Amino acid sequence: MNANARRSAGWTVVNLVVVLYALFPVWWIAALSFKDPSTLTDGDFVPRRWTLENYRGIFRTSEFTRALLNSVGIAVIATTIAVALGTMAAYAVARLRFPGKRLLIGMSLLIAMFPPISLVSPLFDIERVLGLFDTWPGLIIPYMTFSLPLAIYTLSAFFREIPWDLEKAARVDGATPWQAFRLVIAPLAAPGVFTTGILVFIFCWNDFLFAISLTSTRAARTVPAAIAFFTGSSQFQQPTGSIAAAAMVITVPIVVFVLLFQRRIVAGLTAGAVKG
Amino acid sequence: MAELVLDGLTKHYPDGAVAVRGVDLTIGDGEFVILVGPSGCGKSTTLNMIAGLEDITAGTLRIGGRVVNDLAPKDRDIAMVFQSYALYPHMTVRQNMGFALRLARTDKAEIARKVEEAARILDLTDHLERRPAQLSGGQRQRVAMGRAIVRAPKAFLMDEPLSNLDAQLRVRMRTQIARLQRRLGTTTVYVTHDQVEAMTLGDRVVVMRGGVVQQVGAPQELYDHPVNLFVAGFIGSPAMNVLDATLENGALRTALGELPLPDGLRQQLERADAPRRVVVGIRPEHFEDAALLEHPRGGRTVTVGVEVVESVGSDVFAHFTVGTVGTVGAVGTVGAVGTVEGGREMVARIGTATRAAEGRPLELWVDTGRLHVFDPSTGATLTRPGR
Amino acid sequence: MTLTTTTRATRASAGSRQERRLGWLLCAPAVLVMAAVTAYPVGYAVYLSLQRYDLRFPQRARFVWLDNYVAVLSSPYWWQALSVTVLITAVSVTIELVLGLALALVMHRTILWRGAVRTAVLVPYGIVTVVSAYSWQYAWTPGTGYLAALLPPGSAPLTDHWQAIGLIILAEVWKTTPFMALLLLAGLALVPEETLRAAQVDGAGFGQRLRLVVLPLMKPAILVALLFRTLDAFRVFDDIYVLTGGSNDTGSVSILGYDNLFTALNLGIGSAISVLIFLCVAAIALVFVKVFGAAAPGGEAGGR
Repeated sequence: MNANARRSAGWTVVNLVVVLYALFPVWWIAALSFKDPSTLTDGDFVPRRWTLENYRGIFRTSEFTRALLNSVGIAVIATTIAVALGTMAAYAVARLRFPGKRLLIGMSLLIAMFPPISLVSPLFDIERVLGLFDTWPGLIIPYMTFSLPLAIYTLSAFFREIPWDLEKAARVDGATPWQAFRLVIAPLAAPGVFTTGILVFIFCWNDFLFAISLTSTRAARTVPAAIAFFTGSSQFQQPTGSIAAAAMVITVPIVVFVLLFQRRIVAGLTAGAVKG
Repeated sequence: MAELVLDGLTKHYPDGAVAVRGVDLTIGDGEFVILVGPSGCGKSTTLNMIAGLEDITAGTLRIGGRVVNDLAPKDRDIAMVFQSYALYPHMTVRQNMGFALRLARTDKAEIARKVEEAARILDLTDHLERRPAQLSGGQRQRVAMGRAIVRAPKAFLMDEPLSNLDAQLRVRMRTQIARLQRRLGTTTVYVTHDQVEAMTLGDRVVVMRGGVVQQVGAPQELYDHPVNLFVAGFIGSPAMNVLDATLENGALRTALGELPLPDGLRQQLERADAPRRVVVGIRPEHFEDAALLEHPRGGRTVTVGVEVVESVGSDVFAHFTVGTVGTVGAVGTVGAVGTVEGGREMVARIGTATRAAEGRPLELWVDTGRLHVFDPSTGATLTRPGR
Repeated sequence: MTLTTTTRATRASAGSRQERRLGWLLCAPAVLVMAAVTAYPVGYAVYLSLQRYDLRFPQRARFVWLDNYVAVLSSPYWWQALSVTVLITAVSVTIELVLGLALALVMHRTILWRGAVRTAVLVPYGIVTVVSAYSWQYAWTPGTGYLAALLPPGSAPLTDHWQAIGLIILAEVWKTTPFMALLLLAGLALVPEETLRAAQVDGAGFGQRLRLVVLPLMKPAILVALLFRTLDAFRVFDDIYVLTGGSNDTGSVSILGYDNLFTALNLGIGSAISVLIFLCVAAIALVFVKVFGAAAPGGEAGGR
């Protein structure tokens, strides 16, 4: 075996270890979701009898379908608002000179570090008074707030990458600031905005603490919270299969996203990190 | 097309830094003017102020007789070529070139006609539907030029438009730009740090340093009569040799030996009330291998120890070092001239027939009639021809 | 001179005034939202923490000054939760740094299926924490899990204090190492290839290159990654909630706060805990910035 072949064999092993490490728990929950109740506790890594019964089961109950609707609706709305507000602020941060910019950056950094549990108690109380408790807006509001720093941070890094000269060129070409933004900057920033949208969506999709704290019924409970309240079909049955199936349903779309937009997500996650 | 008048144009930044200090300049209709200087000299800031991309702190700017200080770039009717070209990456060449016309709500057919004409002039017709990323560096540069010319603006502003090209292409594009400008006759302000571009392109050259205009003039005038040590050192390649000297009995005593002054120069120095300590400047081509001259007229022959001989085909450069006498410091602060430990590096440009060799002494003839003499304290020239 | 200064001061030209107004206008919505949803509630949390406020008896709420803090700080539960949190944070962040660095090096250097490796590594980042927590829980549950099957019979790792903490750390590490690795990878990309070649020519071996060239150049990226992950790990909640529910003294401060709010329904004590957690996080951030000199990311570095 020559050195080259040995090297590539070495890399194959290393890469294989990395891939297995990353995918093991995902495969496990997938395997569980396809097991029928009788083999659920056999500990086998590959289901002996494949079944879709767990999936049929959860989609039969409004407990899950409603939670899925809540998850999607709340995450999409919160993402849209956060990205819209974030785009405006990030453009200003990256491109304009104005007093108070540092304050904005400091403030969003502070919120990025903020422990959500510290906000749960006051928000719980305030939302009960305002009638927002256990409603969509009751979750959308904290989600978009906590994802705003992420959005501003990522987007301003994307905006900085757009050459400053392009905007000057547009202005010399006769564009107003608004036209320069709309015709030149916005089309170039679109991929960055999209990437930020994915990151923010993953952030909202992932939340658990707010979801269990600020909801009490299926009216606004999202899937992660609903899973935690799943009960078996009978009193003596663990809801393992249902939980596994529900977990797969909210995992697969994200994994597909990640597969499709791998490069962009890496760019988004690390944007600005190198400037530190 | 229009006349550009800069009257005391000044730029302060909020942090107190002064980028441009009172630039007065009148650029005639159709004139090609070069702003040149080392980086940070204020040339790009000046250009940006003309474009309206930077605010003017003080002074006035007129384009075609109209004060435009407070007009947005879009209302000034100027076109700009950027160093990075600043092509819109999401638009085709055609869309890039027609963008300004589109913003001005020009008729579609009219845009197409103008873009195609510009493309023809710049040999871009085959690339109109491509995007900038699919073009070579030279083609991108031409698109940037095309974007400027389709508009037929009052003036072209060019910010180091050739500095991203390789050496060969740069020379070719330089000629093209000169030809294009003559053909269109559009007033052009061109910023560069490359003195060769400055010398070859412009009708007039403005040398700037530290935000202050040092000298304005035709290229040859700058070369023959630099007003100070900075201009003398900046214009010309290789740079002018400078030496400390003392003025005694109508001759300059230098580390190179005593250089007698011809009458003309002596009168100029007297008129300028020259101090005793001066700095003398000698262009490399004002040396010659004494062995190649049959009848040297005037001048003086000195002996130097040649260290390096470089032949570039048409010429030979002989490098040598001379010791220093007197103060080097004064010159060091005024001129951009290299000094070495215990001496001053000098270079002579001599005929190819020379037999100069490294490590051997060489008899050099100095054309003393072409010497430049400067005041070491101010750097200003003392040898301005009387008028 | 006076003249120029005054002209400069009064002449904030139309352009820069317009720019300033646009800047404020664009930032205003984000600022308002962030202020309304965090600044106000934080103030409210402080206010609540000074009250005796039991949700079962809201009419009996009254102002008790720092009594709640005294109660929390003199309670063994708080110190137990704090020490568990600190332990989990310190151990998991340390492992993540080492593992993340190794992973970053693999992703940076690998010549084979680089895209596949990067994608695989992103999967843990994309997965909902609760989902991965359930996966781990089922893996370690005796009778169900393949991992539990590897253990000697009769062991129930999730019900033992130390083993459970180890498993919580494992779940945290799995979920967040990729993020760490990606941040470090970005830092790794900053190390110029030529510098590494130069070090190689100078006779530095792999270890020396890593220690003497790569790590010092990556320091800013490492510090930012550490800061983010430390603060993130300190709020650990989801994994513990699913894996152990905080039983056997495995609860973090976030779990403690949650239990006081929603199990004991004691808003006053819960708020006091919230405020204390906030202070801990602020202290950690301060230490990073002051001691390690981590530059605030997103600062003026890029400028315009």
